[in-house]
Amino acid sequence: MKPSPRYAHAAIFLHWLVALLIVSAFAVGIKLWSLPLSPFKFKLIAWHKWLGMSILFLVVLRILVRLVSKVPPLPLHMSPAEQRIAHLGHLALYLLMLAVPVSGWAMSSAYGIPVVFFGVFTIPTLLAKDLLLAPTLKTVHQGLNLLLAAGVLGHVLVAFKHHFIDHDGLLDRMRFGRNPSQGKD
Amino acid sequence: MIKSLAAAALIVLTQPGFAASLDLAHSQIGFTLKQMNVPMEGRFKHFSGNVSLDLKKVAASKADITINIASISLPTPDSTAETQKKDWFNTAQYPTARFVTSSIKPLGNNRFQFSGKLTIKGVTRDVSAPFSARQQGALTLVDGVLPISRLAYKIGEGEWADTDTVADQVQIKFHIAIPANSK
Repeated sequence: MKPSPRYAHAAIFLHWLVALLIVSAFAVGIKLWSLPLSPFKFKLIAWHKWLGMSILFLVVLRILVRLVSKVPPLPLHMSPAEQRIAHLGHLALYLLMLAVPVSGWAMSSAYGIPVVFFGVFTIPTLLAKDLLLAPTLKTVHQGLNLLLAAGVLGHVLVAFKHHFIDHDGLLDRMRFGRNPSQGKD
Repeated sequence: MIKSLAAAALIVLTQPGFAASLDLAHSQIGFTLKQMNVPMEGRFKHFSGNVSLDLKKVAASKADITINIASISLPTPDSTAETQKKDWFNTAQYPTARFVTSSIKPLGNNRFQFSGKLTIKGVTRDVSAPFSARQQGALTLVDGVLPISRLAYKIGEGEWADTDTVADQVQIKFHIAIPANSK
């Protein structure tokens, strides 16, 4: 089967960079969930927030790249219904990638604790301090994260299914390096 | 009726120095600490004290304020709970902090400088800071910031003594309302 054309280089780079950062921020976030307060926890919270704000910035950039660059077509063997589901799935992932860091930013703001990016630049708060609202936003942040985790898991499983069961070369769309048709990587 | 009024007047007149209790509804004692360079604000919900402040004769003025440390409030429940523990304020053993002025000097333009002794967690240190005072209706409002070193009072021992995470300097912000009859 002919390999699918690929996404734009910038889109591929941002996809994998954001994927790496999301996995890191998620792992730190899971650890924070159960860790008792300690100087190390304050450090982890800071790192988690820096990762989250970086992800938010990069996802916005990614959406801009997606809007201005050519998106490769989905494999021809997919029915119109399957294609629609794939697009909706990707849309949901984009929305969650925005909603998760924004909810964390809002939660931090409600606690009255600003995000100080890399310990240097104070990011403006998203809303006024509200200690009654803050625990609710924390729950929202955790819930959205579980949705995103489920979404990412589904995304990976479906991509593997396409590549290794349907043999439609889907993963090549997001691969680094030169096009297989042009020679070796 | 007249008898009880006279009795009340006698009680007021015999109060030493006419020091007035703080107007607690209009007073606040808060603080800002920095963790990972992130400012975190907290406050002490309960405190009490006597202050006599005559803006025209500040040399004779004085304050004696006791803070209920267990009434500390930080933005998150886990940080509020942590500060009660032994490494922080050890509220079980040291439930209160106390501040007593030793002198107050005018700096001009409604600004003054106090010197006094602050006792937290059984440690007493000399402290001094400027403050402003203004009259608002029946109240004299005092505002100021007192920077302290938390480690000087052993606030945050053990692993918390590391100032890379929680900075040593803590700003105590006070807004004290004193009823006008406190002369």
